[in-house]
Amino acid sequence: MASPVARPPRPRGFWARLDRLARDSAPGAVAVLLLLATGLPLGSVAHHGGMPLTTLASVYFWTLYRPGLMPPWLVFGLGVMADLLSAAPLGVNPLTLLLLHGAVLTQRRVLARQSFLLVWVGFALFATAILALHWTLRVLLALSLQPLGPALLECGVTIAVYPLLSWLFVRVERSLEPV
Amino acid sequence: MIRLSVPLRQALARLMLPVLIAASFGLMLIGKADTVLIERARTQLADLVVPLYAALARPIGTLREAIAEVRGLILLRSENARLREENERLRRWYDRALALEAENLALRRVLNAPADPTPIFTTARVVADVGGAYARSALLALEPNHSVRKGQVAVDAAGLVGRISEVGDRSARLLLMTDINSRIPVQVERTGTRAILAGTNGPRPRIQHWTGPEQPQPGDRIVTSSEAGAMPAGLPVGIVREGRTGLEVEPFADLDRLAFVRLHDFGLGGILPPDQVVRPPRPRGRGG
Repeated sequence: MASPVARPPRPRGFWARLDRLARDSAPGAVAVLLLLATGLPLGSVAHHGGMPLTTLASVYFWTLYRPGLMPPWLVFGLGVMADLLSAAPLGVNPLTLLLLHGAVLTQRRVLARQSFLLVWVGFALFATAILALHWTLRVLLALSLQPLGPALLECGVTIAVYPLLSWLFVRVERSLEPV
Repeated sequence: MIRLSVPLRQALARLMLPVLIAASFGLMLIGKADTVLIERARTQLADLVVPLYAALARPIGTLREAIAEVRGLILLRSENARLREENERLRRWYDRALALEAENLALRRVLNAPADPTPIFTTARVVADVGGAYARSALLALEPNHSVRKGQVAVDAAGLVGRISEVGDRSARLLLMTDINSRIPVQVERTGTRAILAGTNGPRPRIQHWTGPEQPQPGDRIVTSSEAGAMPAGLPVGIVREGRTGLEVEPFADLDRLAFVRLHDFGLGGILPPDQVVRPPRPRGRGG
């Protein structure tokens, strides 16, 4: 680490840039960690669709408040990672997340100024629509009807957990430099 | 970094989203067409994240134990009564089992029948369950030089759990028998009726396509069948229950709280995934 003897010529510039990089990559890193955290074997919850889709909340929040830190390629990467982890047919998560990203971008100016409650209602609407599309795509790709119960449960849990995740994201957001 | 003019950069940024959406559709096509490639990508990601999960396994285990402890303290009295009753019942069974074992040994000696070989097994820790609403699978952490193969049978202390569907260097994916893609040949222990156990992504897989006139009855014990060489016969699977849409099987294995599984190598190679099926060589044409 930085010993006082072997200091780089412009320590302030380098460390400031490193700091900036770390802060800029925080939204993506938090999203990846949350995605991995949903795989932790916490008992019976996970096995019946009772785990929230944290990627939806991550993409929604950061697209709404810091679209620059949640670029499309990151959304795409998150989707691919989610698909590979859950051994799902590839492509469904990237597509639905990108559509969410695009849809939120169009409503961003109106939605970002609203109170938390309205933002949450907005998330509920977006999440329901996206998960309905998700289910339809799964049915089309598997060419067989998928059980609806776990999907509905997943949708409910995802919406219910949003305030908690939002609180976490706000914490991260405050540590970033102002826009 | 390459410096681009502002309008060009904006145009590129605006193009990014549609291009990536198209790429998602492309991924869907690749996923349908080239399963080997996708599988390799999956195992590599699993190899990458499994050490992370394995490092977390201990604190998570402690947390789960603490929760179980609290629950145990709350239910201490009723649990105690239940265990006492069960103990009494099991002691009767124990006596019967000893008598039957002695009888079995005697009969084997008379018939000169060889004893069933004890299969070799590896124990693996379940470090993540990553299924979500559309799949039931778990990731296992393995030692780097493991001998786990695709298709191996996984059991916990009580019964069948599922089969290994993907194997990496340090990880393996376990397809639970409740997964919608899981089909397991089984038989009713009482009657010997063959059937297929089909996962539904729900907690209880469905029993279907039974042969013969006798329908499985609720309360029947289900064990694996050696049909098609995919499974050894006689592994305990579960109990038949009357479900809403038909007959279901309540698994013996505690699929909700898997911590360790035993992976048995029964030396069976039946029902390989499609990419491993070797087609017989085509007969040469007239010229060859």
